[in-house]
Amino acid sequence: MTQLDPSSPANPEGHTPPKGGVSFYQAARGWKSWVFTLDHKRIGIMYLASVLVAFLLGGIFALLVRLELLTPGKTIMSAETYNRMFTLHGAVMVFLVIIPSIPASLGNFILPLQLGAKDVAFPRLNLLSYYLYVIGAVFAIYSMITGAVDTGWTFYTPYSALTPNSVISMTLAVFILGFSSIFTGINFIVTIHALRAPGLTFYRLPLFVWALYATALMQVLATPVLGITLLLLIAERVLKVGIFDPAMGGDPVLFQHFFWFYSHPAVYIMIVPGFGVISELIATFCKKPIFGYRAVALSSIGIAIISFLVWGHHMFTSGQSVVASMIFSFLTFLVAIPTAIKAFNWVATMYKGSIWLATPMLYALAFLWVFTIGGLTGLFLSTTATDVHLHDTYFVVAHFHYVMMGGTIFAFFGGLHYWWPKITGRMYNETLGKWSWVVTFIGFNMTFFVQFIMGAKGMPRRYYNYLPEFGPYHSFSTVGSWILGLGFFLTAYCLLSAIWKGKKAGDNPWGGTTLEWHTSSPPPLENFLTEPRVSGGPYDRT
Amino acid sequence: MSTHVMAQHHPAEYQPPHHFPSARAEAEASKVGMWLFLATEVLLFAGLFCAYAAYKTLYPEIFKGAHKLLDLKWGAVNTMVLIFSSLTMALAVRAAQLGQRLNTVKFLAITWLCGAAFMGVKYIEYSHKIHVGLVPGQYYDMLGFTREFLEKFPQTPMSEVERLARGAHLFYGVYFLMTGLHGLHVLIGMGAIGWVLVRAMRGAFSPKFYFPVELVGLYWHLVDLIWIYLFPLLYLVG
Amino acid sequence: MTMPSADGTIFLPPQASTVAVEVDTIFYFIYYLCLLFFLLLGGSALYFLLKYRRREGGPEPVPISHNTALELAWSIIPLILLVIMFAWGVKAFLNLSVAPRDAMEIHAYARRWLWEFEYPDGNKSIGELRVPLGRPVKIILLSQGDPGGNVIHSLFIPAFRVKADALPNRYNTLWFQATRLGEFQIFCTEYCGAGHSDMLAKVVVMEPDGFKKWLDGLNRPPEGMPLAKVGEELFTKFACVTCHKNRADNAAVIGPSLIGAFGRTEGLADGSSVVIDENYLRESILQPAAKVVKGYQPVMPPFQGTLKDWQVTALIEYIKTLKQ
Repeated sequence: MTQLDPSSPANPEGHTPPKGGVSFYQAARGWKSWVFTLDHKRIGIMYLASVLVAFLLGGIFALLVRLELLTPGKTIMSAETYNRMFTLHGAVMVFLVIIPSIPASLGNFILPLQLGAKDVAFPRLNLLSYYLYVIGAVFAIYSMITGAVDTGWTFYTPYSALTPNSVISMTLAVFILGFSSIFTGINFIVTIHALRAPGLTFYRLPLFVWALYATALMQVLATPVLGITLLLLIAERVLKVGIFDPAMGGDPVLFQHFFWFYSHPAVYIMIVPGFGVISELIATFCKKPIFGYRAVALSSIGIAIISFLVWGHHMFTSGQSVVASMIFSFLTFLVAIPTAIKAFNWVATMYKGSIWLATPMLYALAFLWVFTIGGLTGLFLSTTATDVHLHDTYFVVAHFHYVMMGGTIFAFFGGLHYWWPKITGRMYNETLGKWSWVVTFIGFNMTFFVQFIMGAKGMPRRYYNYLPEFGPYHSFSTVGSWILGLGFFLTAYCLLSAIWKGKKAGDNPWGGTTLEWHTSSPPPLENFLTEPRVSGGPYDRT
Repeated sequence: MSTHVMAQHHPAEYQPPHHFPSARAEAEASKVGMWLFLATEVLLFAGLFCAYAAYKTLYPEIFKGAHKLLDLKWGAVNTMVLIFSSLTMALAVRAAQLGQRLNTVKFLAITWLCGAAFMGVKYIEYSHKIHVGLVPGQYYDMLGFTREFLEKFPQTPMSEVERLARGAHLFYGVYFLMTGLHGLHVLIGMGAIGWVLVRAMRGAFSPKFYFPVELVGLYWHLVDLIWIYLFPLLYLVG
Repeated sequence: MTMPSADGTIFLPPQASTVAVEVDTIFYFIYYLCLLFFLLLGGSALYFLLKYRRREGGPEPVPISHNTALELAWSIIPLILLVIMFAWGVKAFLNLSVAPRDAMEIHAYARRWLWEFEYPDGNKSIGELRVPLGRPVKIILLSQGDPGGNVIHSLFIPAFRVKADALPNRYNTLWFQATRLGEFQIFCTEYCGAGHSDMLAKVVVMEPDGFKKWLDGLNRPPEGMPLAKVGEELFTKFACVTCHKNRADNAAVIGPSLIGAFGRTEGLADGSSVVIDENYLRESILQPAAKVVKGYQPVMPPFQGTLKDWQVTALIEYIKTLKQ
């Protein structure tokens, strides 16, 4: 067995022929080779395609929402339609895009490669997760066709129990998507425990793996609670059980507790994989090991643990006891520490590095700036006194878009550009990639920064109509959303055109040190022709 | 064709999927996976237990009163049946581990029958409740409750019965959700037992490859364990 | 450049309550800390980027695994700052949560899609909350009286920096002491359906004497004003305009248009029809679910017990004036 030692000097420009084998694309052909595949790489690609289609759909909803808000009152649609639009935008983006985006697509493709494994532990379960995702998406689309939902993605009772719309099918969709997410989580945890290459100890794992591990823990431990909550909501609508219905002695606020017990960890399910991607990007493009590797690795786990204890910070104005609000506020502040540690460590990694400003690194930098704003504005919301004023205003909308979109989606895009040559074997056009980044970055900040201001001034969220004084902010934001849309369109063109027009990428175009760069691009069917052995840290180069 | 026969006669030659280094690694990984899955199951039920706790705290008298119409006798029988089935399941795993094909099949079959018996009893209980209207939410029948309650406890003052009758639907909501979800798990468990039973009959298991039986066993024990909590919470309130 | 100010800042609306000052001070404390950390992180990233940019023949990177002292510093210093933020926030939050004992109690009832306020003397106002200057006022919130089922709403007064949810099954409270005369906006901030963004109201802060006079005046119609004119004001005040079209420039469609309604024959949801006269209008205001016009949902809240007879009469007189 050959020793595949990541400490050997990488050869950024070198192009090695697929070492005696054929790529996994060539290993099998025809539609059956995709639909019934057990190969984690193909499943990852199917996820990627589905997630991107959902992203397009959610993006269209977002543009329609912003277009409606261009002027007060009716611009293009009625209030009822608008309410459906923002609900669908939220539900699609959260459950069909962001949650599966990095773990299920990039994670599926890259995780076994980074572990030096041939596949995930349970390939059939992996395919089942994917089909559950598809079934969930079908239910969601069915709900959209049959009247859609106007509850907001949070499905708050009693509104969601009363509104005469397709709530049940949408709820079922989310329930099924939840199980898809649980199975992916179980699969990843077991894979990381059972299928590491010889010599790959936990403290030699790439930080992307650590992040996926922390994410999987949250997926496994939080999602079932969402599942039961949604089942209760269905029971409420079908049987009128009365558990959340005040008219029958039930308590609607209990739903909020249940919902946020899942959905706050869900926020970290969405962002922690992004942290993982950023760590990889910064290590590679600074040509340095991540500063404070252990702190960065363990802070993911720390975030995962604390994330279960902070749900009540969504409910400071709901009439929950003052003491409870104080405790939740304090625990929420604690999440800031591991998050701050990561940000400091990333910046410190750049110190005395050799920084290559390729497109993935630009996304990492954008992440650093934008996510820092998103994270810091979270402090206003964890402080009880200021949250009372800011709760349910556009300030919150801006905050979570800076985190979820500026954070997760930018990390996702960074990861896509970074691993695109590995996945497709082709290099995208670097100039076009950079310009798309510029447009996206400007559009994003135009769309969302003004929302902080109007939110703090009192503009409530989920408003179809608004007072004239908020007009300029809304119009500016809407124009920003068009630029952002253009940026996404350019990015999509940049990546897709690479498949047909791109130059051959070579095995290791970026000079990465982790194991996925030690096999051909695209990799062969079982990932490595020779079993890798590891004898050093993930980012060592000496 | 010949490989099939080979597998029957030389079960020890089980080959793990290519991506696992050894059969043992596959068994270990599968067990970790199962434990994680069981954790999600516990959390799924935890939501219902929280709902139970919340409403028991809000309406202690109603829970105490309404539970009296559950059939303690049948509940106790079912508890015994499930505890016994846990024992036979453990014996089945042991037999599979020792390579005793006949015993494996026998104990799995008994376990499956216990599951069926449990569901039979649940059917009796459910059909009675549905018949008299002790059901959740909008299908709940206040008169049915009153009639049933007075029949069982004729001494109770009418005002007391009326008060209970007004709120009892919440208890039955919780009862049907909890036992319903549990019953669904029993059915899934029976399906899984049936699956390993068929494989055991075909001689698929050997001392080196019996982890599927073990996994089903773990799942079945969890299903039993949940019932052990449900029984006192629902049938022995107060 | 930007500091808490009574007239509002680029971020915050004007301050009009006693708690607003403290909330704003905390807001700006966090704001400047955030700015500092953003400049520290973002600025260093930018600086390193320029300084250590990869160049042909440039220096090789220096691997640095960690630096315990530095890492401890950037864990502990933020922790201390966070504890300060938490403690200060909680102090102000306790102040926000606990109303003074002598506060005047006003009930606020939320329903789709209007706010109704009930004063200590039993008088009610809709869409407008009047309070005296300089006196603590405690608002007791409840979501009730909604024919379509009560849902959660939330009362938000940006100028006072207060907000609390109106729940269907439990009272929730907020309190404030107004420090400025004038009108301030009230929003509903918990999503409640089609009319959510029109579920607005005003809080009017008055001199204590003026407030008392106004409260007395609720008992009878204003003198020397035509009844239809009074009705027109009430039509806006009671938020009828949110759902019913009364002018060409009002795009409300949730309820039937009232333009030219009087005297018209209207088909009802049950298939029968009715001529719109004074008595039908009266019934439809007090018990709207009794005869619902075909094609509309029975979502209008009943005003029985809310409106006084003279107010109903004034509204009817106003509706009669709405011609095509």
